[in-house]
Amino acid sequence: MPAELKPANPTLSARIRKGFPSAERVFSLDIDFSAAPGFTILFGPSGSGKTTLLDCVAGLATLDAGQIAVGERILFDANAHTNISVAKRGVGYVLQDLALFPHLTVEQNVEYGLAHLPRAVCKRRAAAMLQDFRIEHLQRQRPAEISGGERQRVALARALVTDPCVLLLDEPLAALDAATKSKILDDLRRWNQAHRIPILYVTHSREEVLALGERVLVMEQGRIIAQGTPHEVLRAPLQETVAQLAGFENIFDATVESVHEDRGTMLCRITTRRALGGETGSSLLLETPLIRAEAGSPLRVGIRAGDILLAIVPPTGLSARNVIPGNLVSLEQRDVIVSVRVNCGIEMEAHLTLAARDTLGLMPGKEVWLVIKTHSCHLMQR
Amino acid sequence: MSINWQAFGLTIELALVVSAILLAIGLPLAYWIAFSRWRWKFLVEAAVALPIVLPPTVLGFYLLVALGSRSPLGRWWQSLTGHTLAFTFTGLVIGSVLYSLPFAVQPFAASFSSVDRKLLAASATLGASPLRTFFRVVIPLSVPGLVTGVVLAFAHTMGEFGVVLMIGGNIPGITRTVSIDIYDQVQASNYAAANAMAVLLLIFCFAVLTVVYALHRRTPKQESWTIGPVN
Repeated sequence: MPAELKPANPTLSARIRKGFPSAERVFSLDIDFSAAPGFTILFGPSGSGKTTLLDCVAGLATLDAGQIAVGERILFDANAHTNISVAKRGVGYVLQDLALFPHLTVEQNVEYGLAHLPRAVCKRRAAAMLQDFRIEHLQRQRPAEISGGERQRVALARALVTDPCVLLLDEPLAALDAATKSKILDDLRRWNQAHRIPILYVTHSREEVLALGERVLVMEQGRIIAQGTPHEVLRAPLQETVAQLAGFENIFDATVESVHEDRGTMLCRITTRRALGGETGSSLLLETPLIRAEAGSPLRVGIRAGDILLAIVPPTGLSARNVIPGNLVSLEQRDVIVSVRVNCGIEMEAHLTLAARDTLGLMPGKEVWLVIKTHSCHLMQR
Repeated sequence: MSINWQAFGLTIELALVVSAILLAIGLPLAYWIAFSRWRWKFLVEAAVALPIVLPPTVLGFYLLVALGSRSPLGRWWQSLTGHTLAFTFTGLVIGSVLYSLPFAVQPFAASFSSVDRKLLAASATLGASPLRTFFRVVIPLSVPGLVTGVVLAFAHTMGEFGVVLMIGGNIPGITRTVSIDIYDQVQASNYAAANAMAVLLLIFCFAVLTVVYALHRRTPKQESWTIGPVN
């Protein structure tokens, strides 16, 4: 993009209102945010509107109302009827499944956005970018002939070579293994230090949030429900989405059964939601830390799967206050951990090592006991 | 063997001209059909498909009326050139273009529609105009459909009979195509001559289709083109 179009202070600011009337559900985006140069992470469950938000910034989706600007440059303004076309926005966008041009070589893909430049300049800039992202040896290959990680690099290079004023990345590393991921993140971070532009980075992955996060926006149902540094957002996980971000695999609705100020604990009864609304109490009681709450008040309990111990005989002589009998439902190996699901009135997820699985001889149907410390039960509002 | 090379050459010329015109007008029309969000688009699609189901005589009849000296179009053409469009090669071309239109436009539109919309979005975010996106992304990824459309239009024009009979008549060197010639020879009980022309047309059409299908063998590979991270 020509230098004169590039605002001096390129902060992305957006006020986005967009409704999607559909037969099944009414969904709307209602978002105000600004993103300074550097990484801004968009985190949230699927269907929370992250991709639509990126589409609005890129101009692929049109807002009902609101404004989008980069520095002083207005990309969209509903009141002023300003709507700069996608092609003229100068926004780099790496779509979720990359959308590399399958009939063009790696080099041609990267040169695609430079067609307005003289041939020699175009070649030079594309070559430099291929080198920066360590894909110059692939320049004659087509997307189908290279690996997933290489394709990610091509997609990034293709978007960045145009020198965009904002970069949108929609789960760019979702399909990659950890090692490839961290190498690409390094390259991206290095690039970002040289070109300070706002980068909106959508991800489901907690690791990516923590690795990249200068700032996190947590989205749920088209709204931003929390924002700040990853540390700030994670320190007080008050909402369920944030709790998932903080790594609570087990999140249950509960009501306070009794308060024991003398012991510094409470008893909470786990409740399950009924199909037609309302809740029923289960037989499961958890001892949790004491908070300011009265008996009967609703709250939510989050327990990390890694904080749960598993025993195959009834354990005794423990300091942990919650020992819950149940039946093992399933085991699933993920990388080097084993995720087990245990039915103890409700289903809980616990993480074990491979060695623990083998030593304990775990298999579906086996009777087990879950051991949970009082302070491993994190309470949230609802 | 008495082969009417004049009729054969004329038929090929007609088919080539019609295919070229259909390529030129079929691309924008198919693009509009594939990408327009106009709510009444289905009316246009139905109109384009009409020649598939209509008897050629119906199309030929209306063309004859429309091109004749009593219609405004026919009069305008006559004032311009001094003769009517009916019973001329140009009239034949116009009739054949309409008659073969769906055979070109439908494969074009189908292949345009099957181009992943995300590629179009990516192209736009990289600064490409819709026209550039069309020529750099949509067309290259639609080549099999374009070839199919042009070949179908060509073959369909080679073999047409009813429309030619209605608006072209049977003027040697101008409107007497192979199928008309065969019909004529059969009417005159010249079965040997009819057979010679029929065999020639059969061999030629088979050869053209063979070449096209042989070239098409590459398509399954192209259909598995990868655009994303799936590995």
